[in-house]
Amino acid sequence: MTVSRENSKALYQGIKAAGVRFITALPETWLIYLLQMAEDDPEMCLIEVAKEEEAVGIAAGAYFAGTPNVMLLQNHGFLGAINGIVSLAMLYRVPLCMLIAHRGHMGEPYPWHTQGGIVTEPVLRGLGIPFDYARDPAKIAKQIREAYTFSRSSLSPVALLLTRDLMEGEA
Amino acid sequence: MKRADCIKAIYPEFETCLVVTIMGACAQELYDLGHQENFFYLQHAMGLASSIGLGLALNLPQKRTIVLDGDGSVLMNLGTLATMARYRPANLIQIIFDNGSLLSTGGFVSHTASGITDLAAIAKGAGIPNVAAVSTIYDFMEAAAAAFDRRDLSVIVAKVEATGPDHFGMDLKLPENALRFERFIRENCKKIVENSRP
Repeated sequence: MTVSRENSKALYQGIKAAGVRFITALPETWLIYLLQMAEDDPEMCLIEVAKEEEAVGIAAGAYFAGTPNVMLLQNHGFLGAINGIVSLAMLYRVPLCMLIAHRGHMGEPYPWHTQGGIVTEPVLRGLGIPFDYARDPAKIAKQIREAYTFSRSSLSPVALLLTRDLMEGEA
Repeated sequence: MKRADCIKAIYPEFETCLVVTIMGACAQELYDLGHQENFFYLQHAMGLASSIGLGLALNLPQKRTIVLDGDGSVLMNLGTLATMARYRPANLIQIIFDNGSLLSTGGFVSHTASGITDLAAIAKGAGIPNVAAVSTIYDFMEAAAAAFDRRDLSVIVAKVEATGPDHFGMDLKLPENALRFERFIRENCKKIVENSRP
């Protein structure tokens, strides 16, 4: 299977429709088309980071500066960013809208993704981070808008898990 | 050279800037000079002060952002030096107070003690265009003045003594600091949406 360009487009349009103009990201296979679209879009500022925890700080700075923004990352990057999420975002009530590629779940052929995939949902629950699964390209724009809105009203991290159903497909 | 003296020397410049400081002694020394609504004290999440500064600087290009950092914090997030260099916001100054110590957590020596790890060399290697390494207050003042004068990303590594205040405490709850900092920017910093792309 390859990454779905069509669904990536729906996702990107959803990000734009939510008013987002600033993205922090660490490149990951499922996000490849999204990152290309962000890079090619003169209205979007894309900041690629060295490690995902950095993106929490940059996203907080963007929030303080009043720029609507989202983080794009893989679930393993989310796991690596937890101290920043807890000790900056949650401690200071800084909203984060995280769009997380949920690798390592049903259908996953690659062994290296599996442990991270298995623990992602329990870790989100353990941290009390509201989350939802995104599976349907027809609903993705609404889901992004709602996740973004909720992060801002709750002053909390909110996660949208981008599933295999959404991200893979015919090129 | 003492960190408190360095902060005191440039404190008058802070009025027109956004200032993000790391935790502990550094935060306390800034606070003791007088809190301002444009100060954000990151009392945890070590390493991310520079990342917050980067996010601010990229999104408010007309506003100068100062990060007061430390060797222990920078060592936890070396990657951001490279990210800063790649996107190179002209309005960002990072001052790394290098006391070779994790002072606020018991005074254990850090990797920079005895000159083993050279943070200025790391910053240069990461691609930071303007890096100064100073160890006297005179040189610090000169490096700070040069950084404030130029419109380019600057990092100053200031070797300081491993000493801090004899007290800790602020009349400012952490979320309160974040809420007021966000409000200060919303009400006082003119947003330039276009050209935010580096």
